[in-house]
Amino acid sequence: MTDTPLPDEVGEGPPIHLPPSISDVEPVLSVRTPIRLEYDFIPSAAAQQYLRAYASKRILGNRSPVDGAVFVPPRGVDPRNGVVAAEMVDLVDRGHVGSFCVTHLPIPGRKDLPVPYVSAWIHLDGADIGFLGLVAGCAAADVRIGMRVRAVWKPDAELGATAENVLHWEPTGEPDVPVAEAGNRAWALKQAATGGGDGA
Amino acid sequence: MREVAVVSSAVYQVEALTFTTDVQLMVPLINEARSAVGLTQADIGFTCSGSSDFLAGQGFSFVQTLDAVGAFPPISESHVEMDGAFALYEAWVKLQVGEVDTALVYSYGKSSPGSRRDVLAVQLDPYTVAPLWPDAHAVAALQARLLLESGAVSAEGLAEIAVRSQHHAVGNPNALRASAGATVAGVLSEPVVADPLRPSDIAAESDGGCVVVLAAGDRARSLCERPAWIRGIDHRIDAHALGVRDLTRAPSAALAAEKAGARDDRLDLAELHGPTTSQEHILTTEMGLGADTVVNPSGGALAADTLMAAGLVRIAEAARRISAGGADRALAHATSGPCLQQNLVCVMEGE
Repeated sequence: MTDTPLPDEVGEGPPIHLPPSISDVEPVLSVRTPIRLEYDFIPSAAAQQYLRAYASKRILGNRSPVDGAVFVPPRGVDPRNGVVAAEMVDLVDRGHVGSFCVTHLPIPGRKDLPVPYVSAWIHLDGADIGFLGLVAGCAAADVRIGMRVRAVWKPDAELGATAENVLHWEPTGEPDVPVAEAGNRAWALKQAATGGGDGA
Repeated sequence: MREVAVVSSAVYQVEALTFTTDVQLMVPLINEARSAVGLTQADIGFTCSGSSDFLAGQGFSFVQTLDAVGAFPPISESHVEMDGAFALYEAWVKLQVGEVDTALVYSYGKSSPGSRRDVLAVQLDPYTVAPLWPDAHAVAALQARLLLESGAVSAEGLAEIAVRSQHHAVGNPNALRASAGATVAGVLSEPVVADPLRPSDIAAESDGGCVVVLAAGDRARSLCERPAWIRGIDHRIDAHALGVRDLTRAPSAALAAEKAGARDDRLDLAELHGPTTSQEHILTTEMGLGADTVVNPSGGALAADTLMAAGLVRIAEAARRISAGGADRALAHATSGPCLQQNLVCVMEGE
């Protein structure tokens, strides 16, 4: 039996010996096995209501039946308590920067997003959690926690039932929310005032 | 060994959850199972779930579903990318360690947004089998064909299993395929889906979820009038590659049943997770279930098969019958992987 060792480039380890019947075939060095699965994704009733309202420049949130906390976007539940939150509330398209991040690395293929860009948790007036968005209309270095911002919507003709209707959030020029009361700190203060949990 | 029991459960299965998210499905189910024994999440020592990102079409999808639990303040929590029965095994181990006395186990599957037959192909060997995209029915049909040709069972024998499931499923609100009038001749007249399997040989696909609450020792006795005590639980695995196994057998099912103590005493009932009639036949044979054991009084997975939950549903169904006083000793089984590759057996008793 005349075994044929495979080429060295196969890798480390002892040589592999093939039986004569396949000793002259080209060695398999790699395989590609593409995986593709398709899904028909249907948004939940809460998400559908939210997206349809968003197409007409309205921002909806869910109010918790437990303590009235408002979550945006609405998911139909209060995740802290594991209960249904069906009540919808309209929120204004204004708020403040709760926290933010300045990114200096470009996203490949996103020519519309020149670096540096600022992504931020926007705490809408009346909401109890942040809402992710881009901050523009000022230098990245000028963005700060507590800065008041408002939505810059796409032109009406380009609005749709998608998450992309707000181009970015721009400074309003109003006085800042004090850092001690900004973002999730507002939640902690509210919890302390009402004798709720630790509100971390 | 610490005594651990199923003290509560909740099951919901429907053909398709079109406008309901996983979270919205699980909120009422989790609350139902917890409140049935007067517990809130603050009373739960450990939470463990089972689900699949391949059904959700989204990575880390289970994190979103934690919204249904009420995981605030932060909880002790874990997840398996497997059927909830295997999450229950992890919770059982956690209870054995002794640091907690209660555990919440849940699992869910919403396969309707995708093609379940194709999704299941990605669990096959990724180099030589999965690239062929054999659908799940075809893979199960290979096994059924080998089983028929081995002479271990006849086509009529498989049809009898389908008929028994449809009869038992009558009265089970979570069953999708139930018929008091099902007959062997009727099943055999159905056109084959994947030769030799006919529609009634293959589990009815469902979306849904299942929740089980576990408790240890006297805590279980205080929560539930008649807890279903887990006397043995065992998980065994056969080779993954279909080509190296005798597909007419499931040695891991036999071993798991033996290690769980299935044959130590009489079994009133067995809830088997057999996604096809042929697989249910193999399981019954491997576990040596006798005529005095009622197999799948709920209709089993054939009546409604929620991916990632069907095994936990078997445990819930068996435990519920013990707690209701209709059974003293029951076996529940869960499988995972192609052609009964992995098998978990849980033996429960009333006191």
